[in-house]
Amino acid sequence: MSNLGNRRLEGRVAVVSGGLRGIGLSTVERYVAEGAEVVLTDLDDEGSDAVKEVLGRIGNSASYLRANVTEEGDWQRVADHVTQRHGKLHILVNNAGTDLTGPVETLSMEAWRRIMAINVDGVFLGTKHLVPLMAESGKDVKGGSSIINVSSIMGLVGMNEVSAYNASKGAVRLFTKGIAVEFATKQMPIRANSLHPGFVFTPLLNAGFQRWVDSGVAEKPEDLVAMVAGNTPIGRLAQPEEIASAAFFLACEDSSYMTGSEIVVDGGYTAQ
Amino acid sequence: MANRLEGKVALVTGGTSGIGAGTVERLASEGAKVVFTGRNEDAAKSICDATGATFVKHAVDDAEGWAGVMEHIASKHGRLDIAFANAGTEHGDASVEDVTVENWNAIVGVNQTGAMLTVQHAIRMMKDNPGGATGSVIINSSMNAHRAMGNYVSYSVTKAAAVALAKSAAIHCGNQGYKIRVNAILPGVVETAMIRGIIEASGDEAGTRAIYEGMAPLKRMGEVEEIAGLVAYLGSDEAAFVSGSEIVIDGATTAGMMGV
Ligand SMILES: NC(=O)c1ccc[n+]([C@@H]2O[C@H](COP(=O)([O-])OP(=O)(O)OC[C@H]3O[C@@H](n4cnc5c(N)ncnc54)[C@H](O)[C@@H]3O)[C@@H](O)[C@H]2O)c1
Repeated sequence: MSNLGNRRLEGRVAVVSGGLRGIGLSTVERYVAEGAEVVLTDLDDEGSDAVKEVLGRIGNSASYLRANVTEEGDWQRVADHVTQRHGKLHILVNNAGTDLTGPVETLSMEAWRRIMAINVDGVFLGTKHLVPLMAESGKDVKGGSSIINVSSIMGLVGMNEVSAYNASKGAVRLFTKGIAVEFATKQMPIRANSLHPGFVFTPLLNAGFQRWVDSGVAEKPEDLVAMVAGNTPIGRLAQPEEIASAAFFLACEDSSYMTGSEIVVDGGYTAQ
Repeated sequence: MANRLEGKVALVTGGTSGIGAGTVERLASEGAKVVFTGRNEDAAKSICDATGATFVKHAVDDAEGWAGVMEHIASKHGRLDIAFANAGTEHGDASVEDVTVENWNAIVGVNQTGAMLTVQHAIRMMKDNPGGATGSVIINSSMNAHRAMGNYVSYSVTKAAAVALAKSAAIHCGNQGYKIRVNAILPGVVETAMIRGIIEASGDEAGTRAIYEGMAPLKRMGEVEEIAGLVAYLGSDEAAFVSGSEIVIDGATTAGMMGV
């Protein structure tokens, strides 16, 4: 990106959940390139190879914390860590997520609870525990602090055998509008918007495509990629950086009048 | 400002005041060469002086006049990368019961036909850009596309049409294999000279201002620069995967109800 690294987030602190891979990792990298300090969380142990690789590459601007987004105690630790290390927080990206596919009558209650816990409880808990600090820090920033909740186009439209994921991402969309109106009404300096990626090349997508191949929907993942690209007006899938650039727009002052809104980054998939 | 738009050529319709003028300024500050249109030559002159942009006097609903606008862009810059279909009006609008057919037609002419002509001419030039069919078209709709006003039927209807226009054009470009993106933005109330004029003329400045500011849960109007920032994002390669989208920028006005 031509303006990568103009350091428009200098002095800002961000938390990105699920920051070790995919969209989360790209967002972490973009924020750091813009001058922000980032706390990333994920499920890996603190000394894992992935953590070492990411922190080694990014350096002192980032720190890692093992935190399961479904655990309230873990979020409390994240809040404590951010408070002690930085004393402020301007950006929260509730990005950690998982998927679940299959005919609705075959989904187990356990699997349903799990996706709701990660995709919905995780967004609620992250918001709940970081809002007090963000409300303080937001006073010094045009437009205030910014919460970016990663939903999906599957939070806007239904899809065959995706009902549980649809439900979880739809919840993220409206939770975001609810808190946006709440913060604005109370004049709390925090904006909240949802981000709705279409199909993006990430480990999550690869795993999902592999599962479809295993269940006989297609012969190989490349066939699914070609099929999705063919159904996308722009004619291709997205790279994670193209979602991170929207997450950057929502984090910086350029979006200071945006709250309660949605940004769909899907190459026109849901416009049809 | 960073040179995110260096090398790009942009067209802004209705660029002599308000959101249009703010966008001319923003796009130029990011390195774009900007051509803008409108009817107010005096206002245009100072914008040209301040930004280095060039002006073509043209009313967006004048179908014949479009050839001249595009000739200006072609001869001066030889390409078009960003088009902001911004010109719009609510002049003479009223409720469905009261609106005259003349006023309805005039508003449809500017907001709907004018936007269509902008998108049409932009795509026709962008598809022949040196190096391939690339570009970004942004249509200025309104939050009223989703929340119609009873006393502004023509405005509400044409702004809803603008969203469908963006989606149809985005899909068309995809079908043709053009790398041309088309999106709509849906601003809430933005503090432009027009709104300031209404406030001043109202006889109760403080009261009228409070009504406008109170519409958004954020308790203020948007600033022209805040809308221009969104247009710049959509116009840049940062938004390379964004097409057919409608982006609301309204301080949560349409996100829900403020409650008690
Ligand atoms: N890839 C796509 O096509 C796509 C499309 C739309 C939306 N999304 C959404 O984007 C977000 C990121 O997805 P991605 O594609 O980058 O996926 P990914 O699997 O590549 O990355 C997600 C990260 O979240 C972490 N994570 C999962 N569960 C967690 C938990 N309980 N606690 C903490 N961390 C956890 C994972 O370990 C992983 O590092 C998700 O919310 C996903 O639903 C992805």
